[in-house]
Amino acid sequence: MKIAMTVNGKSVSREVSDNTLLVEYIRDHLRLTGTHVGCDTSQCGACVVHVDGQATKSCTMLAASAEGLAVTTVEGLAKSKDDLHPMQVAFKENHGLQCGFCTPGMIMTATDMVTRYHTQGKELTEDAIRVHLEGNICRCTGYHNIVKSIADGASKMTTV
Amino acid sequence: MYETNFHKASTAQDAAALLAKSDDGKILAGGQTLIPTMKQRLAAPADLVDLSRAEALRGVTITKRKKMGIMKADGGETITIGAMTTHAEVAGDTELAKVCPVISGLAANIGDPAVRHRGTIGGSVANNDPAADYPAALMALRATIHTNSREIKAEDYFQGMFATALADNEIITAVSFQAPAVGGYGKFPNPASRYAMVGVFIAKSVDGDVCVAVTGAGDNGVYRHAGLEAALSADWSTTAIEAIEVSADGLMSDLHGTAAYRANLIKVMAKRALV
Ligand code: FES
Ligand code: FES
Repeated sequence: MKIAMTVNGKSVSREVSDNTLLVEYIRDHLRLTGTHVGCDTSQCGACVVHVDGQATKSCTMLAASAEGLAVTTVEGLAKSKDDLHPMQVAFKENHGLQCGFCTPGMIMTATDMVTRYHTQGKELTEDAIRVHLEGNICRCTGYHNIVKSIADGASKMTTV
Repeated sequence: MYETNFHKASTAQDAAALLAKSDDGKILAGGQTLIPTMKQRLAAPADLVDLSRAEALRGVTITKRKKMGIMKADGGETITIGAMTTHAEVAGDTELAKVCPVISGLAANIGDPAVRHRGTIGGSVANNDPAADYPAALMALRATIHTNSREIKAEDYFQGMFATALADNEIITAVSFQAPAVGGYGKFPNPASRYAMVGVFIAKSVDGDVCVAVTGAGDNGVYRHAGLEAALSADWSTTAIEAIEVSADGLMSDLHGTAAYRANLIKVMAKRALV
């Protein structure tokens, strides 16, 4: 079946089989390999993208279900190679990654939680950050620097 | 994942018609259980009917109950939640949080943020996982499950592990219940899956009836706990919970915990649900 959606602001359309996962559509068909697959049990969060502005595990959604929706992947955050998104800068400056495998998912989960908290006018405390990282697993960092990065990125994310 | 044919339905009627045409069709709600199960090849429906765009099946409605001319503040409102309402929508509904905060809190603790953005109450209720949260809530709140063809009382609906009263091709459209005067949910989440190892939902209706439902513990899914109900009806206190004997008979034993451990957790979670 032909599936069309908007990815990082661009209209795309691909002929895929009905059982194609959104993450396969993104990685294999669009060749946007920033979104990762770290498990097959929906637990790791390496595959998190935004679907219509909401953090979603792209390994746990069919591409067909995203027909017509707006998807943002980690590639869609930076304006250019030299003009990174504040959350990306924060991860870089706070040593929020080691091997970097979990990072795309961490960053998409982070920008989602910051946007939600900003919209609701709530303060994103360290505890809240940890709670919202429930669905993202990192095998390297021990999380402390990820939490630090998100707090730093949140303070720099002015636009919601 | 095995091959499947994808269909989209914008109403429950359309979905029912599509299911009727298939030998082996399944509803795709939020997919947060079904897609992982299909990826593991534990489910292989020939046809999938996606309800994610069925707007009429989405949203929370609250009907206030008037008592002697004034709005009653402590429970009694009728709450209807559309089957395709996501956990995030239930958790984030500010009106619902005012009249039934226990449901908002329960929804806010299902899975993780990404799962809550897609997972739905209808999907959870249709699946009836023995460790899911919503079945305990609906059982204790004596909710009604609305389908495309009838209304089913929660106690008739939940029929054991993954078993429900749903007939083939019957589709949940909404759940409804009366906001309790007092309600609480104590959950001990499995540290890895976040499913309840034991979850105890306690509700006292506006008429004073006490109902206690336990999830995650019973070896035949969600059930009502007569001992706790009797104790709390007589004396609404943690001391009353402490005084009763919770038997390990009929409780699950698995690698996460023995039946005796779960029996003890039932008491501990009941106490947490009360405070
Ligand atoms: S790849 Fe999606 S949660 Fe692990
Ligand atoms: S940095 Fe290696 S998995 Fe997180």
